[in-house]
Amino acid sequence: MELKVEGLNVFYGDKKILNDISFNIKSGEITTIIGPNGSGKSTLIKTISRYLKPKGGSIYLDKVNINQINTKEIARNLAVLPQVKDVSSDISVEELVSYGRYPHLKFGKRLSKEDKEIIEWALEKTGLLEMKDRCVVTLSGGERQRAWIAMSLAQKPKILLLDEPTTFLDICYQFEVLELVKELNKTLGITVVMVLHDLNQAARYSDKMLVINNGDLWEYGEPCEIVSENLLKNIFKIDADIYEDKVNNCPYFIPRKITA
Amino acid sequence: MNQQNEKIKKSAILIACMCFSITGFFISIVNGAVKISFVEIVNAIFFEEATVNYQIIMNVRLPRTITASLVGTSLALSGSILQGIMRNPLASPNIIGVSSGAGLMTLIILILFPDYYFLAPLSAFIGALTATLFIYFLAWKQGVATTRLILAGVAVSSLLGAGNNAIMTFYPDKVSGVIGFMVGGLSATNWKHVDMIFPYAIVGIILLLLISNKLNILMLGDEVATGLGLNVEKTKFLFIIISSVLAGAAVSVVGLLGFVGLIVPHITRQLIGSDYRFLIPATIFTGSAVVILCDTLARVMFAPVEIPVGIIMSALGAPFFLYLLRRKKE
Ligand SMILES: Nc1ncnc2c1ncn2[C@@H]1O[C@H](COP(=O)(O)OP(=O)(O)O)[C@@H](O)[C@H]1O
Ligand SMILES: [Mg+2]
Repeated sequence: MELKVEGLNVFYGDKKILNDISFNIKSGEITTIIGPNGSGKSTLIKTISRYLKPKGGSIYLDKVNINQINTKEIARNLAVLPQVKDVSSDISVEELVSYGRYPHLKFGKRLSKEDKEIIEWALEKTGLLEMKDRCVVTLSGGERQRAWIAMSLAQKPKILLLDEPTTFLDICYQFEVLELVKELNKTLGITVVMVLHDLNQAARYSDKMLVINNGDLWEYGEPCEIVSENLLKNIFKIDADIYEDKVNNCPYFIPRKITA
Repeated sequence: MNQQNEKIKKSAILIACMCFSITGFFISIVNGAVKISFVEIVNAIFFEEATVNYQIIMNVRLPRTITASLVGTSLALSGSILQGIMRNPLASPNIIGVSSGAGLMTLIILILFPDYYFLAPLSAFIGALTATLFIYFLAWKQGVATTRLILAGVAVSSLLGAGNNAIMTFYPDKVSGVIGFMVGGLSATNWKHVDMIFPYAIVGIILLLLISNKLNILMLGDEVATGLGLNVEKTKFLFIIISSVLAGAAVSVVGLLGFVGLIVPHITRQLIGSDYRFLIPATIFTGSAVVILCDTLARVMFAPVEIPVGIIMSALGAPFFLYLLRRKKE
């Protein structure tokens, strides 16, 4: 599913956080939003997921303005995992995943056989079948993140928004999550928009990168165009050497020092 | 343990809660200033309608027990909802000012317009809702943070408490009649009170049972809930209305009965877990059982003198509240 954002202006109180953001994400692509801390990445995700109301601008799913779509209908197409989330201490993995079916349930109806099959499928896709009866709070960071992704999958979305899905995870779990995201994108054709902190990971796992700096859209394009000395120097304030990763066919860099 | 066993276990706990409530009901009917045995009760109800025992059972104990049951259920549910949507175990109708709003309005009716006593639940609901919305408004600053909400609740509560005191100061001759109201009591309860609370309680309970799964979604946090297609603000507002209806109805017949809305939801959650599809029905039974049993205690402990049930609730509730406060810090 295509996601189009046009002239988005978002405020917290009087403070303008996002300034006239426009871009167009093609169906089936992985797009990673990068930018320094506090530049407005989470705000952008929250606005697209309709948690924040923009002061101006519009968001379109397959050319339809989301203001004209029922919120449950949107949830059947667009799933989001916010940066900060928590669950009651006694919720099991399967229960959490079952909440992903909420937008598909009719008023007062229980989970149907089909719903249960989809929950099973989401657990299997994320490798959680074995631990479906464990409490979410007892899982490792990586497993917990996978449980949340499974909940989103149970929504059967066409677009998945992820805000920093790898933060606070060990490097191994970071790859576990990113590999999962990549696989879901390849096998199910889910369009992915995520925020990552690690620029090398962003370059490796994305089709497109979107740079937010101080509320402005600085650049939007393919990793090989985006990862440049100019970006690293002006936005992230580091001097770096840029190389090409021939195996994964993407750029990577090694920081040298902080820009004077 | 798998999902299926978990469901069976929770259903068993639910049935246990129901038995607890039914047992409480009979204990309450059997005990009182006049000792009536179980056999005599059965006789009185089904065979000898003209006896004194029949009068005591049908016109005193039965309405009182039913009222206690509905009051307990309403307050406990109200608390359970508030704890859920505010995501704070300390939220309860008393602490965040819903009860004091209902209380002030009821007191106004009782003291200034006693002929319109039947309007008490309605005005209590209006008082509860106004207080809640006012508190919500005070705490609103791009969404409602829980601490701000509770602080605003405490402030508004004491303000409304001052209103109560002012009314009592201006009408000293009527004060003795409302003492029971101030601490929460069920003495002299009759069928009139059952009629007062019943419609509100039933509507609230049925509505809650229908939409309890929305509370589960709200518990995931505003952002996730929005992402799942729940209209968070609207849903929270709906629950606040239901919570006000229930608390208002209860307060209008029992007065400012504290701690039920705090303790019962909390203990029930410990028993059956935080899944609202089980928690709501379980709370219906535990709430009713707790108030019925405390009221029975209040009647028989110093018989023939009876003390307001609110005193028993506070004696049990205050230490429990402190325990919760301490545990939360750790
Ligand atoms: N709830 C809020 N209230 C006020 N300002 C906020 C709030 N959340 C974020 N901000 C501000 O908005 C800006 C962008 O924040 P955010 O989108 O979270 O940045 P990022 O995710 O890129 O680190 C920051 O300056 C931050 O201080
Ligand atoms: Mg962020």
